Amino acid sequence: MMLLETKLLTKIYGGLTAVEAVDFSLRQGLVHALIGPNGAGKSTFVGMVSGRTPATSGEVWFDGQNISAWPAHKRMRLGMAYTFQITAIYARLSLFENIALAQGMRDQDAALDALGRVGLDERLDQLAGDLSYGHQRLLEFAMGVAQSPRLLILDEPTQGLSESEIAGFNTLIRSLAGETTILLIEHNMDVVMSLADEVTVLQQGRVLSSGTPETVSADPLVQDAYLGRETC
Amino acid sequence: MSPSARSFLLHLGVIAGLFVLCFTLSDYHQGNLARIMVLATYAIGYNVLFGYTGLLSLGHAMFFAAGMYGLGLAMQYGGMSPVPAFAVGILTAAVLSVVVGVLALRTIGVAFMIVTLMFAQSVFLIILYFGTWTRGDEGFVIPQAARQVLGMDLTDPLIRYLAALLLFSSALLITARMMQVRFGRVLIAVRENEERTQMLGYDVFRHKFLAVLISGSISGAAGAAYGLLFGYVGATFASVQYSIFPLLWVLLGGAGTTIGPLVGAVFMFYLIDYSSGFTNAYMLIAGLALVLLVLFARAGIMGEVRRRWAPWLP
Repeated sequence: MMLLETKLLTKIYGGLTAVEAVDFSLRQGLVHALIGPNGAGKSTFVGMVSGRTPATSGEVWFDGQNISAWPAHKRMRLGMAYTFQITAIYARLSLFENIALAQGMRDQDAALDALGRVGLDERLDQLAGDLSYGHQRLLEFAMGVAQSPRLLILDEPTQGLSESEIAGFNTLIRSLAGETTILLIEHNMDVVMSLADEVTVLQQGRVLSSGTPETVSADPLVQDAYLGRETC
Repeated sequence: MSPSARSFLLHLGVIAGLFVLCFTLSDYHQGNLARIMVLATYAIGYNVLFGYTGLLSLGHAMFFAAGMYGLGLAMQYGGMSPVPAFAVGILTAAVLSVVVGVLALRTIGVAFMIVTLMFAQSVFLIILYFGTWTRGDEGFVIPQAARQVLGMDLTDPLIRYLAALLLFSSALLITARMMQVRFGRVLIAVRENEERTQMLGYDVFRHKFLAVLISGSISGAAGAAYGLLFGYVGATFASVQYSIFPLLWVLLGGAGTTIGPLVGAVFMFYLIDYSSGFTNAYMLIAGLALVLLVLFARAGIMGEVRRRWAPWLP
C-alpha cells in the first residue's frame, strides 16, 4: 500500500524550477532514501510533502487523502514527523519539555520511552541548548519518534556527526524499520546503502532514477551524474 | 514539593501579603498600591503576549482604553450599573482584540510592532474625534453616586483596595494556571521556536490569536477597573505612553514570569514617586535605573532571581 504519493509536484522560485513534475510514491513500512547532488531539490521536495514549503503545482497524497492544500501542522497531526536539516530544538527549554511538546503532552511514559531510545533519559532537567551537537541531533530524532508518526521525514540526520555517531544513528533507524515508514535525505552513501529499501535519485529537480539501492547504483545515468564512474 | 505546588504557594503568599498590607499601610501608600495592582493587572495581560508568546506589541493602550471607555460610556450614557458596565468594558476590549489579532498576526517581528502601534494611534484618534461623547483629552468623571456595587462604595479607600486586589488576584491565578496547562506550554514553545512548533503539529496561528484575545481582554479588564475605581475616563490612557508603560513594567519585573509584572509596576511607580520628591528630572532617574537594569539584569528582576537562585520560579 502506498503511504505517500506525489503527482507532478512542482516548485518554481522566480525563474528557477527547483522541483519539476515529480511523481513519487513510498510504500508503507519501507525506508526510502532520497539522494542527489546539492541543489537537486531534495529539501524543497520534502518541504512540499511536509507543508513547510507551498507547492507551485501538483498534488500530495497521504494515506489515500489529498492533502495538497493542508497547512503543515495538520499534516503532522495526520501522522507525519519532520526533523530539520539544521537542528531545530527548543534550546532554552529542558529535555523533558522538548520531548513532552513533541509527544503532545498527553502520555509522559511514551515521551520518556522516546528519550530512552536515544539514551538521553537521565538528563531530563538539562537545557537542550547545553547538549553537545551530536546529542542535540539525537534529541531531535527522539522528538520525531515521540510523535509516533506513520511517516518520519529525516533531512540529512547524519550531517556533521562523527563516524561512531553515524553508526549509532544507523542502529536507531534500523530499530524503527517495520513500524515506521521513513523518508531519508542523505548524502552519506554508506548510510544509504545499508539502510534504504528503495532509493530515488533527484537531479536538477527531476527524478533521474528510482529502485533498489543495487539497481540505482548500477544505473549509468546515476553514475555519471552523481556517484562517479570508475575511470579506466 | 512539586513545581506547581510551589508556584501555587508563592502566588497565595503574594496575595495574602497584599491583603495584610492594606491594614498596615498608611492611607497614602494604600492608595498607591490599589493603583499599582490595577496597573499590574494590565502588565499581566501584556505579559501573556510579550513574555510568554514572544509577540511585542506597541499598542496595548488601545485595549486598556477600550475597556475603560467601554465601561465609562456604558455608565455615562447607557446609565448602566458598574457590574454590567464592567462586562461591557471587557467585551469591548475582546472585540477589538479579535479585529487586531486577525489583522496584525499576518505580520511578524518589527512589522507586528508597527501595525499594533498604528492600530493604537487610530484608536486614540477615534477617541479624540468623537470628543463630544468621550471628552477627549479632558476626559470625564464617573460620579461617586454611580460607583456603588451591592451597597459597597467603591470610592472608599479600603473597598477600592480590596476590589483592586480581587482583580489582580484573579488575573494572576488565571494566567499562572494557564501557563501550567498544555495551552500555555505551547505558547512558550511558539516563543522559543515558531517553526519547530508548527512542525510538531500545533496550530501556531490559533495559539497566537488566542494569546492576543486573552492578553487584550485582561488589559481591557484592567482599564475598566481603573475607570471604575478611580472615577476618571480620558483619552490620555489611549496614548503611546500607556502602550510603553506595560512593556517597561514587564521588562523590569521579568518577562515571562508570573509575578514580574507586579514587581515591575511597584518598582517603577515608587522609583518615580521617590525621585520626584527631590527633583523635577525624575524621568532621568527612572531612565538611569532602566539602563542599569538592562546592563546588569537583562532578564528583569524576577528573571534574574530565577536564573540565579530559583529555577523553579513560575
